[in-house]
Amino acid sequence: MKPTSEAELAGIIAESKTSFEIIGGGTRCIGHTKGDPLHTSGLNGISLYEPEALTLVAKAGTPLAEINALLAKNGQRLPFEPYDLCALHGHSGTSTIGGVVATNASGPRRISAGACRDSLIGVRFIDGLGRTLKNGGRVMKNVTGYDLVKLMAGSHGTLGVLTEVSFKLLPASEATATVHVKEHESTASATMAKAMASPFDVSGAAHANGATALRLEGLEGAVKYRSQSLAKLLNGDIAAFDWVAQRDITAFAGLEGDVWRISVKPSDGPTAAAALRKHGAQEVIFDWAGGLLWVLSPQGTDLRPALTAGHATLIRGTGIAFHPEPAPIAALSAALRQKFDPRAILNPNRMG
Amino acid sequence: MQMPTPSIDILARKAEIVARLRQALPASAVIDDPFETKAYECDALSAYRCPPLAVVLPASTEETAAALKACHDMGVPVVPRGSGTSLAGGALPTEDSVILGVARLNQVLETDYDNRFITVQSGRTNLSVTGAVEQDGYFYAPDPSSQLACAIAGNIAMNSGGAHCLKYGVTTNNLLGVKMVTMEGETIDIGGAHLDSAGYDLLGLICGSEGQLGVVTEATLRILAKPEGARPVLIGFESNEVAGACVSDIIRAGVLPVAIEFMDRPVIRAAENFTHAGYPDVEALLIIEVEGSKAEITEQLEKITSIAKQHNPVELRESQSTEESANIWKGRKAAFGAMGQINDYMCLDGTIPVSKLPETLRGITALSKQYGLDVGNVFHAGDGNMHPLILYDANKPGDLELCEAMGADILKLCVEVGGCLTGEHGVGVEKRELMHSQFSADDLDIQMAVKDVFDPKWLLNPAKVFPLDASAGRRQ
Repeated sequence: MKPTSEAELAGIIAESKTSFEIIGGGTRCIGHTKGDPLHTSGLNGISLYEPEALTLVAKAGTPLAEINALLAKNGQRLPFEPYDLCALHGHSGTSTIGGVVATNASGPRRISAGACRDSLIGVRFIDGLGRTLKNGGRVMKNVTGYDLVKLMAGSHGTLGVLTEVSFKLLPASEATATVHVKEHESTASATMAKAMASPFDVSGAAHANGATALRLEGLEGAVKYRSQSLAKLLNGDIAAFDWVAQRDITAFAGLEGDVWRISVKPSDGPTAAAALRKHGAQEVIFDWAGGLLWVLSPQGTDLRPALTAGHATLIRGTGIAFHPEPAPIAALSAALRQKFDPRAILNPNRMG
Repeated sequence: MQMPTPSIDILARKAEIVARLRQALPASAVIDDPFETKAYECDALSAYRCPPLAVVLPASTEETAAALKACHDMGVPVVPRGSGTSLAGGALPTEDSVILGVARLNQVLETDYDNRFITVQSGRTNLSVTGAVEQDGYFYAPDPSSQLACAIAGNIAMNSGGAHCLKYGVTTNNLLGVKMVTMEGETIDIGGAHLDSAGYDLLGLICGSEGQLGVVTEATLRILAKPEGARPVLIGFESNEVAGACVSDIIRAGVLPVAIEFMDRPVIRAAENFTHAGYPDVEALLIIEVEGSKAEITEQLEKITSIAKQHNPVELRESQSTEESANIWKGRKAAFGAMGQINDYMCLDGTIPVSKLPETLRGITALSKQYGLDVGNVFHAGDGNMHPLILYDANKPGDLELCEAMGADILKLCVEVGGCLTGEHGVGVEKRELMHSQFSADDLDIQMAVKDVFDPKWLLNPAKVFPLDASAGRRQ
């Protein structure tokens, strides 16, 4: 099914006797669910764009590429740098903004500009009873009532079907520079911490293959000054770096094996990486100053037992996608889901 | 403003309830002397007062859990309180409630510069969080005006903002984790030193829930490296429209100042009389602050002033020294106090789309004439968070009611132009009944269903946030 209006979608859900698998562009679904395919790509279009207010509102099925192109034309961008995993998954498809929100997809700039949930300022969605609901709005400061906006971000379609999303935007950078430091993985987190502790406003901190990369963005003169200062501080070099490849983890595209996304305390990055390697991990790419590890491992290897803290999500592979949560948190989450979708018809079991 | 009728049963059981609390907590942590509980009868929305049944001041998470469990078992409502600086009545007691104050929970538990966080007990004041890390070159970004007094617990409950959130975000964007006690007395940890959650974003849900889902006793907060420097520029205009257009053009040009503050003539005059900051007598004044190294500051200020000059400012003053910067901020920071010198005032907090600024200011002026009450406007222009201050005379019968009616109309106007009722103060009791103007019955129901999950008996801070008619069935 592919409704073309919010009202039509609400009707479909209200009257449904079966469950649904909700699909935006089908490019970032993880986990396993069963149900009739329910496509949101028919809910398409930018509802409002006010560059002078740094605000964008779009229907959930709007292609991400369309939004990025419009913003770029106006010298602005989505602050959180959403990743595109098509290459990693080896499939094609049109990523939608609703899918970005449902998976809280956030790239390298997460460390300075926040995650998708931090830029998301409003949602409209249909709950499991077919009710049309809204929360937040189109203004960037809003504490009116409970913040269901953040709850919807990253809920993978299990609390409702998003129909419209609103964002706070940022100006695009006039200039970008990257400072490179050649070093072993074991010292990478310390270098990245030192960079983050500097006043130079680092907007990307990654490590792979014996090199740590630190990104600086902003006005021309500022980036020049800050990159030179940071290179001096860390004894590094200024050179080009492909932040899109870092964001999309294209290094793992075409390689056999499972891909994990592991969230840890940033300073734990190197020890976690070492433990994961002992457990079979073949490649580890650091992001978020060591707080995010992208890991390639042999198919079917569960890496979770190697982690003493943090959590792991299986992005590519057939195992259990979501990390089990402590009992009290899991109980609250299950109870919330019961309120939003009492019949459990929206992406049932997707998050476990 | 109405509050529900207190439970006669609970009032009659006061002695028994206090005795039970004294069993659960050290003697000094329970206050029931009517003379002493009077100190807790209101918060910064002091027009409304009601002494609570008793006050508990736990000194640990364990004591907090014991107090909540005891109240839960006895069916007694609990009103959590940080420092009592809420402008929305978020900590206003009811006669049949126990105030749970977190003031004794004020320790720093862990400072971790490698991972850029600090873990504090929730009663610690906002400014003292920065105080604990500034000697090492760090700061905690959210900076509500009450930061000298307000507690992190209240900041989390209300998702507080401040003048600098245009760049750094509000509390929810700087909160990494909490230790929270539920009404049933269960202690849970949500979030932590890592940057995202494994499942649902419960942390995002807790922040801004006005103390209705649990009592936060510890918070892990993101701290940031201090910028090399900061400098404000002051720009005066002959009309609000032109000032608004200047703000739009600056944002459109790709510069992102850390703060853009706006004051209109009544506030400029009051602030100038009060602080002698040297403000010009103009219709609208902007204070725009940028950060970075000397060269970066110059680069940004050049862009900003060249845009401002296209709008023919009456005055344009770039700070050249620390003293000048302090002077430029002095009047703005004292604006509320300065207005308070003139009269009693009610401070509103609606947010509007920045593009609707001139239209909204015209609407407020019209309402001011209609009601015969003066209004001053001071607000965070970069993000559209307005703070209209309505002047009234608390000693004049009927004036408070008139002021409340006018405030309600201003907030409805904010919603009509595409904004919201509250940008950073919270709903509390003050804007509770206005929630119908922003949300449908279903929108409110799903929010209340969240409270059903965390606090099925509706004992935590009841009669706040949701209109009384909407929550009636759940509260009984």
